Amino acid sequence: MATQRIPLVGYLVLEPEPHLVAQQCDGCGARFFDRRNACGSCGGRDFEPAPVAKTGHLRAFSIVHRADPGVAVPFVSAIVETSDGTTVRANLLEVEPDPAEVRLGMEVHLVTYPAGTDSEGTECVAFGFAPVGA
Amino acid sequence: MSDSVWILGTSMTRFARHADRDVVDLASEAALGALTDGGVTVHDLDVLACGSLFSAHAGVGQQLLGQIGQTGISVYNVANACATGATALRVGLMAIRSGEASMAMAVGVEKMGKMGLLTSSPRGSKEAKVFAPSGRFGSVRSVDGILGTKTMPGVFGQAGMRYAHDHEGVGFDQFARIAHKNHLHSVLNPLAQYQKKFSLTEIKAAPMMAYPNTLLMCCPTGDGAAAAVLVSAERLATLTADQRRRAVKISASVLTSDPYVEGGQVQPDVNTLTRNAADAAYEQAGVGPEDLDLVELHDCFASAELIHYDNLRLCEPGGAGDFIDSGAPYRDGSTPVNVSGGLISKGHPIGATGVANLYEVATHLRGEAGDRQIPEARAGLAHVIGLGSSCGVHILERSAA
Repeated sequence: MATQRIPLVGYLVLEPEPHLVAQQCDGCGARFFDRRNACGSCGGRDFEPAPVAKTGHLRAFSIVHRADPGVAVPFVSAIVETSDGTTVRANLLEVEPDPAEVRLGMEVHLVTYPAGTDSEGTECVAFGFAPVGA
Repeated sequence: MSDSVWILGTSMTRFARHADRDVVDLASEAALGALTDGGVTVHDLDVLACGSLFSAHAGVGQQLLGQIGQTGISVYNVANACATGATALRVGLMAIRSGEASMAMAVGVEKMGKMGLLTSSPRGSKEAKVFAPSGRFGSVRSVDGILGTKTMPGVFGQAGMRYAHDHEGVGFDQFARIAHKNHLHSVLNPLAQYQKKFSLTEIKAAPMMAYPNTLLMCCPTGDGAAAAVLVSAERLATLTADQRRRAVKISASVLTSDPYVEGGQVQPDVNTLTRNAADAAYEQAGVGPEDLDLVELHDCFASAELIHYDNLRLCEPGGAGDFIDSGAPYRDGSTPVNVSGGLISKGHPIGATGVANLYEVATHLRGEAGDRQIPEARAGLAHVIGLGSSCGVHILERSAA
């Protein structure tokens, strides 16, 4: 029997291929990842789901060495601007957590990986970004 | 002039870990100090605004009056993240401008102890045994450390690195230099939590919190309070020559929140609202950045101070790296920034910060800053930002008398 899988967050869609989906305002095109009451940019009330590009570049990062108990450190926290102009925050993976290895502007792409299993055997799928070509 | 508002008296406690004193003790020391400094009593006040973030539900303003004089005046307890103190000050100022009051006191106080790392996400929540989407993002478990960081050293580290992405000449060395400056400045400030200078080598070699911010580039948690008595121009005119001479004019008072920007939901944009606040303040005051003799800005982290050089128009656009490299923001430079030691070394008891930076600027404008006095200071700016976000900017000018 195949393992049940569930995305870490609602804006990560696993099928047919893993990708992010934003709520896009019909009025102004602003994109959001959270549950919306209305548009924070124009006040519009109607949204459509919009797939987010899976590639982008590293706009900013921090290498986090201190975090709450239970959070593995160090890790690279990344702000990525996707090729369609959407800003996403996630860990940068497949790179050493060393400022000499993490380069502002580097090309990255979306990756997914298992991040724990619950008591019923359902696997959580998380996402991050990895350098293109890594 | 006629509708201007003035700081009549101001005071702050030392910022420190005051283990044996509570928020009311700290608020009382600052409040009584400000009343004495202004030559007035609690009976002269028409309104009290009291800011505290972590004691926001404790009615600290009423508890304070319970200790120093229950005169029955209006009390406003306010909380607005790290802009709490500036917000309290503006409540007092707006009460005077509205005509309801002619004398107000603003108090900012915080007792944090050793809280450790602050984060903008809920913490300590138990992991669910069965994954089920919850919250605004439909998350099935904690995302901290998976979808990046929401801890403060990291969030502000990213803000600094984004500036480095967009502009030349900014890196680890520039952030380290800012911490060097603020620790050096604090040696002259007896009210600072720490008064110790560090070499650039020590700052860069300190434990890394969140790159580029090492421990010595991060503000500490701590306890403290600050207070200011505000007065209308009309009532000030009825006071003594000495009170009028020492009064400091609030030439601009602005509070902004963050306008929508793409990506602001993911990485807080601390730039746009600061630029908006600064531009409005310069316009209100008729004072430009080149006229400022000192600036107290919100250096919660070294990476934050760097970007605010640009946001507050203290440097050429994109030139924040050159600005610190040139020595301009050191106390003997062209635009002294954080001569108090800043949040990094003076400390950051959150609710107190937005009043304490006005205390610092006012004290220099009065020529009463002792060893750390900036000579002939006539105009200064105080800036705070609270994530969420809220930005307060005040411009103060020395009395013409």
